[in-house]
Formats: sequence, structure tokens, C-alpha cells
Amino acid sequence: MSEFLEALRPHLPVLAVVVPLLSAPLCLLLGRRAWILASAAALAAFFVAISLLGEVMAQGVISYALGGWAAPWGIEYRVDAASGFVLLIVTGMAAVTLPWSVRSVADEIPAEKIGHFYTLLMLCFAGLSGITVTGDAFNVFVFLEISSLSTYVLISMGRDRRALTASFQYLIMGTIGGTFLLIGVGLLYVITGTLNMADLASRLPNVTQLRTEHTAFAFIVVGIGLKLAMFPLHLWLPNAYAYAPSAATVFIAATSTKVAVYALVRFIFSVFGEGVAYQDLPFGKIAMVLAIAGMLSASAVAIFQRDIKRMLAYSSVAQIGYIVLGISLDTVAGLTASLLHLFNHALMKGALFMAMGCFFYRIGSVAIDDLSGIGRRMPWTFAAMVLAGLSLIGVPLTTGFVSKWYLVQALLGEGLWPLAVFVLAASVLAVVYVWRVVEAAWFREPGTDTIEAREAPLSLLLPLWLLVLANLWFGVNTRLTVGVAEQAARSLIRFAG
Amino acid sequence: MKFLSLYNYEIAILLAMIGFYIVISQSNLVKKVAGLNIFQVSVFMLYISMGVVTGGTVPILVKEAVVYSNPLPHVLILTAIVVGVATTAVALALIVRIREAYGTIEEDEIHAQDESF
Repeated sequence: MSEFLEALRPHLPVLAVVVPLLSAPLCLLLGRRAWILASAAALAAFFVAISLLGEVMAQGVISYALGGWAAPWGIEYRVDAASGFVLLIVTGMAAVTLPWSVRSVADEIPAEKIGHFYTLLMLCFAGLSGITVTGDAFNVFVFLEISSLSTYVLISMGRDRRALTASFQYLIMGTIGGTFLLIGVGLLYVITGTLNMADLASRLPNVTQLRTEHTAFAFIVVGIGLKLAMFPLHLWLPNAYAYAPSAATVFIAATSTKVAVYALVRFIFSVFGEGVAYQDLPFGKIAMVLAIAGMLSASAVAIFQRDIKRMLAYSSVAQIGYIVLGISLDTVAGLTASLLHLFNHALMKGALFMAMGCFFYRIGSVAIDDLSGIGRRMPWTFAAMVLAGLSLIGVPLTTGFVSKWYLVQALLGEGLWPLAVFVLAASVLAVVYVWRVVEAAWFREPGTDTIEAREAPLSLLLPLWLLVLANLWFGVNTRLTVGVAEQAARSLIRFAG
Repeated sequence: MKFLSLYNYEIAILLAMIGFYIVISQSNLVKKVAGLNIFQVSVFMLYISMGVVTGGTVPILVKEAVVYSNPLPHVLILTAIVVGVATTAVALALIVRIREAYGTIEEDEIHAQDESF
């Protein structure tokens, strides 16, 4: 057994993609029992990610030549601290979400479609893992489309008919985003003759066709910006999250935008370099303005949502604002805060959407009026939601506080205290929208929908509480997350210089 | 004439703008998908055009020719064509389901039925 594992060790980067990819068609054959295989595959991928990250932290960058074709001719998989960290987020969230999804999916998806659902989820998972490990610019496009296409179908499997229109809306915007990325990568190929990211990084500084390079940059940033729902390109996100099946929302909300942020960071710092993004082109300034606008406007809109999943989706847009704000600073501290928030936001949004899935499992709705008094009927789910909500606000001893602390410090380090005030203002808005839910769920008398509700089953509660405890654990024990995020930020910024 | 010497690229840009405009302006969902296809095809043309090597021939190994056109963009675009076909298939399938659920494929009529959009 140990010999077998030892033989697999050099192939870890590709296993992160192959394991979910191969389990996808098998899920189709297994039908209703697909969740067993899917969970096992996610757990295996999680262990792959842990050992990869351990190896990267100990020895530095791992390069893997796919099919034995050496880079830059073959496709290279390249794992450094940043990609290892994001891969850990994706696989970890998959490993928690898939066991959670069993009851929820059985409740929300018709029995004959369950196999399809897990197939799509695993394809999406494979695509997202692929984006994180690949070192090839065109490969990013391919994996992005794999994950996007499966996401469109996952969203359309929601029970509400609005899931269909939400999915179509996302398909149109997502395809435009993907095609923009394709144009950008094509222009890069025209001026350099290579698609390998490391090779691109070494050739781009000598390129004389600056206008083509800048056009490529714009196309790539806007294309990925659509995928990561950077304000004002976020219009597809609220409906997509709100009407997708609960399990799909948990997984997509926790991973998909994070991976898009990673792809953006990778292109900006590892391919183009800071010089192009921040000195030649005003990316930093534009991103900063958009981030602030997104943070404040999305938080404000979240307050007025009736559907809580939709409210959390708007909150996600606001959280992406924090992440983009950190990136826009072009400092190690800012990038550290952003990467840290990728991890922390995955934990808190995963927990919150899981709690919504538990409510939906019992009463079939997450509209705020239908939830009155639910907290007294489902105290464990409610307590988990409150703790994750506190993390979202950024109360000390939670992960949300840690990432906001680092972000505010990064802003103050640059002397940008007015922006720090905006970050705190957006947190105050978060207090308002989280409080609205708490007020309805705890302080109102149970209504006709909730009076009969019982506590969610243990198989839904356990993964939910696992995430909530992780929220608290990483809120106190920041050594691991901050350490890795900081090393990742350093490697990215140094890689560029 | 310099203007026409890069006509592949100019046509690609023109097509991209036409496709993009259709996606934005049309409220019929099938027309939107058609616009999306035109937009994608323009990118295929962009890629295929950039494989051209002056004086090069088709990249098939023959005895006489020495200069070949670059086949890599063509191979890349095969992947993108597959992606485009898959996207179109998913989009059309969604439109069928939307038609079943709403009885229309006009965006404004769908919005009128569902307030939340």
C-alpha cells in the first residue's frame, strides 16, 4: 500500500484533476448511490491537495509535465504556494459539501436525476481543480469552460423555474467571459509564440507590440472579471446562487469565484507582471474604485432581499469586493489579505448556504417571511447560522475578523485610511442584513410554515458544524492560514519581479 | 493597400461586434444564442488567421515545401469549437425548458412573468 502511494507521489498534481474527472462518468452509472463515490473522490482529492501543499511549502514549486512532454511544448501543471492553497480550499469544500449533500439532494432533485447531478458536480470540481494546478494559459480556458458548462446545468436543476432563466443568463455572460479570455490568450500567443505561463512571463518583457499586450490584458481581466463577479460584472450571480439546488449553491459559492480570483491573480502577477498591470495600465486604480463600489452597493442591496439565499449571494458580491480591494493595492500585505479571505470566505459562505439548505430541507423555503421563529424549532441549525453570520460580519474570534484585520492593516500600511472606513462601513451593513435574518428566525413567533418544523437531520448538521467550528478554529489559530497566504503572496509578487 | 492587408482580422472584429450587439440587443433567446455563436466564430477566425506564415503551405509533411503555416492555433481552435458546440447545445436545451415553463422565449415577457428579474 505504502509503495503504491509512493509511486503516485510524483503524479500528485495531475491526480488533483484526474480523480474528480474520472469519478464523474462513474457517478452517472451509480445513480442514486453516486454520492458515496463522489464523497470518496472528494476526500481523496483533499488528501492529494494536503500532501501537495505540504510538499510545496517544504520544497518550493512542483512542475509536472503532462504526458511526459516537457514545457513549454507540452502542457505543464505547476503547483506553488498560491495554487496549492486555492486547491486546498476547493478540495476541502468539496470534501465537506459532498457528504452534506446526500439528504439535501435526495430531497430537491428527482431520483432519476441524482446520478446526473453528481456527475455535473464532479465535472465542475475537476474544472476548478484544473484551473488551479495548470501552468498553461490555454488550459485555463479549457478548464474554465468545463467548470462553467457543468455549473450552468447544475443551476438549471433548481426546482424553481427561475433557475432556468438564471442559468441562461449566466450562460450568456459566462460564455462572453470565457470567449474574452480566449481572445486575450490568443493575442498573447501572437506576440510571444507560447502558451506556457512561465514562458510567457519570461518573454513578455521583451515584447515590443505593447498595444497588443495591453489589449490582451484588458480582455483577460474583463473575461475573468465576469467569472469572478467583479462589480459591475456580477449581474448573473444573485439569481444563479438563489435558484440553484442547495447543494450546488454551497459548492459553487464556496469555490467557483475563489478559483476565478486565483486565475486573475495568476494572470496579473505571474504572466503579465505588476509593471504592466499597475504601472503601464491603471488596473490598480480601476479595481480599487470598483471594489469599493461593489462592497457598498451589494451590501446595501443585500439588506432589501426577501430570499435569504439571494441576500447571501449579494453579500458574496460584496465579499469579492474586499478580495479585489486587497489585490488592487499591489502589496504583499494586500495580496495576503485577499488570499486569506478566499479561504475564510469559503468557510463562512459554505456554512451559511448549508444552514439555508437545512432550513429548505425542513420547510421548503428560504424566504425571510417563511422563516419566522425557525430558530426555536431548529436551534442547532440556527446557532450555526448565527456563528457563521458573525464571521461574515467580522466579529473577533472568527475567520471574518482575521481577514478584515489583515485587509485594514494593508490599507493603513498604504496610508489609505478612507478606504479602511469604507471596509468598516460595509461591515456595518453586514450587521444589518445578518440581523434581519436573526430577528425573523428567533424573535418572531413561529408561523404556520415553521410550527411543525423539526431540527435538521444529523447528516446535514455534522458537516455544517464542522465548517462552523473551522470558522472559529481558523479565527483563533491563524498561523496555518496566514502563513500559507503570506508565502503565496510573496511567491506571486516575487515571481513577477 | 495597408488597410486590406489584414482583412482577416478586420472581418473578425466586425463579426465580433455584430455578434456581441445581437447578444445585447435581442430579447429573443434563440437570437441571443445565434449572436453568441457569431461572436465565438469571430474568435475562431482570429486564431486561424494568426497561424498564417507568409509563404507557408498547409502543415502537412511533404517533400518539396520548407515553410509551413503554424498548425498550433488550428488545433487550439478545434478545442474552442467543441466548447462552442457544447455551449450552444446547453443553451438550446435551456431554451426548450424555458419555453415549457414560461410558454415564451422572449426575454421581456419572461421578466414580466417573474418579478424578481
